[in-house]
Amino acid sequence: MNSVNTPSSIRVLDDRTAQVWEKGSGKEFVCDKKSAAGSVTQRACAFCGSRVVLYPIADALHIVHGPIGCAVYNWDIRGSLSSGSQLNRNSFSTDLAEKEVIFGGEKKLKASLIELINFYKPKAAFVYSTCIVGLIGDDVEAVCKQVTKETGIQCIQVDSPGFKGTKKSGYQAACEAAYKLVGTGDTSNISKYSINLLGEFNIAGEAWMIRQYFEKIGIEVVSTITGDGRVDDLRRCHGAKLNLVQCSGSMTHLSKLLKDDYDIPMERVSFFGFEDTARAIYTAAEHFGDPELMRRAEELVREEISKYAPKLKQYKKRLKGKKAALYVGGAFKAFSLVLALRALGMKTVLAGTQTGSAEDYEQLKEICDPGTVIVDDSNPLELAKFVLEKDVDLFIGGVKERPIAFKLGVAFCDHNHERKIPLAGFEGMVHFAEEVANSACSPIWQFAPRRQAKALRLPEAEATTPLAREEGGAA
Amino acid sequence: MSMAKGNPDTLTADGCKTEGALPASATRNACKLCTPLGAAMVFKGIRGCLPFLHGSQGCATYIRRYMISHFREPVDIASSSFSEDDAIFGGARNFAQGVDNVIRQYEPELIGVATTCLSETIGDNMLGMIKEYQDKHNGDGPPLVHVSTPAYTGTHSDGYYSAIRELVKAFVKPTRITQPRMVNILPAMMSCADLRHLREICAMYEMDATILPDYSSTLEGSSWDCYHKISPGGTSIEDVAEMGSAAASIEIGHTQAGDKNSAASWLEREHGVRRDALGWPLGIRLSDQFFAAMAAISDRPMPEQLADERGRLVDAYVDAHKYVSGKRAAIFGEPDMVVALAAFMSEIGVRPVICATGAKVKKWKELLASEIEGGTADIEILSDSDHAKLAAAARELKPDIILGSSKGYPLARELKIPLVRIGFPIHDRIGAQRMLSVGYRGTMELFDRVANALLEGKQDFSETGYSYL
Repeated sequence: MNSVNTPSSIRVLDDRTAQVWEKGSGKEFVCDKKSAAGSVTQRACAFCGSRVVLYPIADALHIVHGPIGCAVYNWDIRGSLSSGSQLNRNSFSTDLAEKEVIFGGEKKLKASLIELINFYKPKAAFVYSTCIVGLIGDDVEAVCKQVTKETGIQCIQVDSPGFKGTKKSGYQAACEAAYKLVGTGDTSNISKYSINLLGEFNIAGEAWMIRQYFEKIGIEVVSTITGDGRVDDLRRCHGAKLNLVQCSGSMTHLSKLLKDDYDIPMERVSFFGFEDTARAIYTAAEHFGDPELMRRAEELVREEISKYAPKLKQYKKRLKGKKAALYVGGAFKAFSLVLALRALGMKTVLAGTQTGSAEDYEQLKEICDPGTVIVDDSNPLELAKFVLEKDVDLFIGGVKERPIAFKLGVAFCDHNHERKIPLAGFEGMVHFAEEVANSACSPIWQFAPRRQAKALRLPEAEATTPLAREEGGAA
Repeated sequence: MSMAKGNPDTLTADGCKTEGALPASATRNACKLCTPLGAAMVFKGIRGCLPFLHGSQGCATYIRRYMISHFREPVDIASSSFSEDDAIFGGARNFAQGVDNVIRQYEPELIGVATTCLSETIGDNMLGMIKEYQDKHNGDGPPLVHVSTPAYTGTHSDGYYSAIRELVKAFVKPTRITQPRMVNILPAMMSCADLRHLREICAMYEMDATILPDYSSTLEGSSWDCYHKISPGGTSIEDVAEMGSAAASIEIGHTQAGDKNSAASWLEREHGVRRDALGWPLGIRLSDQFFAAMAAISDRPMPEQLADERGRLVDAYVDAHKYVSGKRAAIFGEPDMVVALAAFMSEIGVRPVICATGAKVKKWKELLASEIEGGTADIEILSDSDHAKLAAAARELKPDIILGSSKGYPLARELKIPLVRIGFPIHDRIGAQRMLSVGYRGTMELFDRVANALLEGKQDFSETGYSYL
């Protein structure tokens, strides 16, 4: 039998033991490596990384050059909203067939691009190379050049075959591609107090909320880059005076390019939770060194917090003392979540990410409580192990983590790019608290077999343990 | 914030209506999924089996994500996580490491290996690699079965049928015995409820059924009191091994009927197990055929319970016929499901004016014509279709209702007509696993859904707001 009653009967793979760390253990921690074969990683591939980052550029054409699977699994899955064009919500693909795999797909790509550009009149086109294209060696760059010349619409290759590095390499490819647009627009009337927001994907309209904060205090938002993104905004984003980077995993490379070529400084920020949102606004205001700006920032934060803090109180009362597990894409997000959960009186007992960097994890280690497990590039079995081991009340993750929690009678909060509820900013924090409370305090958990056995002290709860241990030993 | 209104496939980047020749080279919003997904689905229906994709890890993650959003159950699929080096020098090392890790973590009873585009194209010798692995481990460890699934040939339904075929070929043992009370059911890509109902039907005919695959409990299980590394349930390899001794095989799906390479054809050829090739038992006529076959195989008359269900179904047809007859439907999805739905629509007086599939199906017109009464001259029959083509046809032909997966929602919303969700994926509603549509009972549930969707549409758009229809 394949069932597990004790967390100890799930073993962490030898290849991965250095990627699991417990605060207080003093052990070394390793991250930033490719996933072990057969480990059932929660990560996707380089192609996925590039596709998700560029997806919200709404008035560009996005075409996946490859067999159909890669395009189809990405069709309109993100919760990123656009205030106008909806072109990005389509799934375009060259849908390569066997004959093109043998004889090359350049002709089909060219024909597809020209037809789609004539029909949809995009502002630019992104062409994503998948595994097969990387392999058969189609000269995508040359096709892009030709089509750009023939149509006048800039076609940009996104060099992201799935096998090329990790999901992070896909982020890098996306930044390189987006950067090809930068520097080609007019920047003459951009304010001296101006910013770009990088790595804010406008999930359920979050970028709109954040943009308002800055506009209210007198800072111009030149581009949200990939949140409600527009080609023309990208073309002129080099005119902004400061870059605020939210999702550092995906956008650090672009901000670095902007720093190197245009000398635009960057600050890492987060808009998740009261504390981090306020800090982000202050960071921008401080940067420009105008006391009036700072005064308005303080006023805004005060107003917003006084509006939403009372609403949080009721949730806090219900959630106090509960234990949470996190498994998210990037570590910076985890960092914010730990603080936000703490603000709700909850304790984070597991903090894991798919693609955190060493620097990110250092910060994460610092803010976590002793005993907290930190894990890099985990998999469903390990996550289940930690849920059991730490006896968590709430899991925060994405679609792939959801069934792990639910099967074990644990509440769940969706915090990836597919969600449709804005969780960022001051108002978002109330949504977050509401979602967490609605799941964690739902009466349904009393019926979950795992909880029931414990609550009723059913004999099976203890009786099965030695057996499971035996199985674990045999494994 | 103002948003551009309409189906995204009809709007330019500026939010204007598109015009001019329709793009024909690119696939716009595919009406199909890739072959490894179909294979993974089959492997999820085998007891203790862990699906393993040989190629880049993105494929496994995407497929997991897609299946989880439909079934809302754990779907663990391993991958050999190719890197650039492996793409150049071959994936043998990663494969062996991957299998080792899977065995260590999951202790599977079987590993179902499907190859992706990448490993197919570099020409990894899968069978050789499996043999090498097993030789090195002296045959210890679980068996491995391989199915070839490059996504540039075929669709998810091809991957599905191929995986069934490979399992049968790999595990069915030669035998001289025929067990008259045993039947093999080789279903198409149905819901968990459908598979459960097929088993129940077999029991009613006093037959022991081997259903291959049977993911009815692996992809719709109960809440757990402990963690299962692999979800419990599924067809056991031992049962597959015995399939050669069954009295007959019922192979479901019109496209399979003419396929001499299908799993049941192979069983017939190699093991003399009679093959009945039938359509999805959906609607009265196709269900009748299924039950007739069951009666013949089991030598039992139709059980009273089924006869009752049939009676009630006819009665339901009568009660609601005025609400449905004369209506026009657009149907899309896997080929075999589309044929069965067209047959069902046709028998209740709904004209299936669009029948579309993303697969390239041999004799697609003929297959549909065989089940649609009154010819197909007025019907748009699309194979190798995408959602943009389907939508263009629907704007023209103005159906009253759409039947298909969640992917039909943008079109239904644009045309202000109901979408009855059936097939895969359904990720904007709860309960895809529990939607029953086969047999008389399933037909009744589907029929009610269709009739009620039409009634609801009528009610929603009536100015009066009738509360009594």
